[in-house]
Amino acid sequence: MRKAIVPLFAASGLIFMTAPILIARAPYESTMGLVQKIFYFHFPPAILMLVSSIFCGILSGLFLIKKRPVFDWMAFAAAELTVLYGAMAMVTGPLWARKAWGVWWQWDARLTMSLLMWMVFVSYLLLRRYGGPGSETLAAGLALFGMATAPFVYLSVNIWRTIHPLTSVVPTLPVDFALPLWYAFLGFFLMYLALMALRVRIEEQRAMLDQLYLESEE
Amino acid sequence: MKTLLTTVCTLIAGAMLRAQPGQSEFRPVTEIPASEQLPSQPLVLAAYAFVWFAFLAYAFVMWRKLGKVEQDLSALSAQVSKPRPDRATGANRP
Repeated sequence: MRKAIVPLFAASGLIFMTAPILIARAPYESTMGLVQKIFYFHFPPAILMLVSSIFCGILSGLFLIKKRPVFDWMAFAAAELTVLYGAMAMVTGPLWARKAWGVWWQWDARLTMSLLMWMVFVSYLLLRRYGGPGSETLAAGLALFGMATAPFVYLSVNIWRTIHPLTSVVPTLPVDFALPLWYAFLGFFLMYLALMALRVRIEEQRAMLDQLYLESEE
Repeated sequence: MKTLLTTVCTLIAGAMLRAQPGQSEFRPVTEIPASEQLPSQPLVLAAYAFVWFAFLAYAFVMWRKLGKVEQDLSALSAQVSKPRPDRATGANRP
């Protein structure tokens, strides 16, 4: 995993440098015009936030059952990345909405549930930071609740009336829109893997450091 | 004094004549003129800049954290592997 960090950063960096060229060449959307270009940097972090929350929940469940620290390290990293990618979606969304909807924020099902899910993972991080000994078990339980909200966030636009675009938009995108979108998505995904590997490496090193402290004191 | 008063009155009268009549009603339109519309470019640039900044800031902070932990780890490893003096004899013990 350690050896993969630098190549993953390099690959995602290359995609992030070249993606704007593809995005600039993509056609404008008929009703929204230029502001729709935010979509290429809004959809990937939003989807990866949901995927990351599910990943965090699964790893937390495994940690609660098997008690192996590696599951906890990965769950912690996934929770941090859920908050990071969630922040990106939460900031790029309102910038797009201001022009497309005329408001920065709308308290509809999709936006409100996304915010609530994001806040669950912020609480996870606060619990890990200030919870003291045993907080990893409590946080793992919290991550399971966070994971449970992910399907509702995704399906909310189809269940409730909302001004947010439906889930059918992306699968039916014309190729001129889809190509830059999935290219950007690949960049976001590789960056996710790179940051995950880096974060897990930190936790692994910290665990070794704690072990060594204990050994030195004996 | 009289001249000054005349000038002031003339200016006020001129301003009143030039002033537009007060708006008596609000008329709705479906589209605002292009000059009044919010430009998209700053919003797009702000969105892209935020994403890049967030990635760079997070990666930088994590990279520094990793460096610090690895430094502490190597320092402690060196300390642990160093032979410690025997309390009884004062000689180094492995």
